[in-house]
Amino acid sequence: MIWGPDLFILAILVVLAIAAVISRDLLVATVIFSGYSLLMALAYVQLNSPDVGFTEAAVGAGVTTVLFILAISRTARMEEA
Amino acid sequence: MPESLFGEDVIVRTIARIVAPFIQLFGLYVLMHGHISPGGGFQAGVIIASSFILLALALGLPESKERFKKTIRLPMESSGPLIYASIGVTCILAGGYYLQYGMAFLFPPHVVSAILISAVEIGIGITVMAMIVTIFYSMAGD
Repeated sequence: MIWGPDLFILAILVVLAIAAVISRDLLVATVIFSGYSLLMALAYVQLNSPDVGFTEAAVGAGVTTVLFILAISRTARMEEA
Repeated sequence: MPESLFGEDVIVRTIARIVAPFIQLFGLYVLMHGHISPGGGFQAGVIIASSFILLALALGLPESKERFKKTIRLPMESSGPLIYASIGVTCILAGGYYLQYGMAFLFPPHVVSAILISAVEIGIGITVMAMIVTIFYSMAGD
């Protein structure tokens, strides 16, 4: 375990999570969440768990994003206040 | 489903058409090396399914469905659990527990174990691939 890159990844993860929650545009939130999943996969690989990282990169960053975008295209794009 | 989601760009169509077989090949690699390296049936199924999702996004939904019909998808969805359960029951019939590989077969135990693990992974991969593509198709609108 390398402290520098891990702390860097975790700090960006916190920022991305807050940004995804705050964002009113759900499409923007989905893309931010995709980036969150990619960094989460990096963190898993960093923590010596490449299997979980593989799943996170394939499902979290790939399929889930497409399904969220399809759901947005079926409903409203902007979050109601 | 709005048509604007599915691009008509010739570059996107060509690139997707070229890249999709390589994604599927990588999925097969992950499937067959699942018991040695990271990966396995679920991850391979997701990767192969994502190649079909890419084709659907680039070529349009009708053309993609034409290549992967419902009459093919439905048997694939149900054949995976069948493979899984039949291998497990075969292990019981050979004198072990459910999914206990390497019991009294013709070959040495580690060979039987490797073959049966690969077969179970293939079953999982088939089911996951067909299910994710079906979820995508039904969310994108039939």
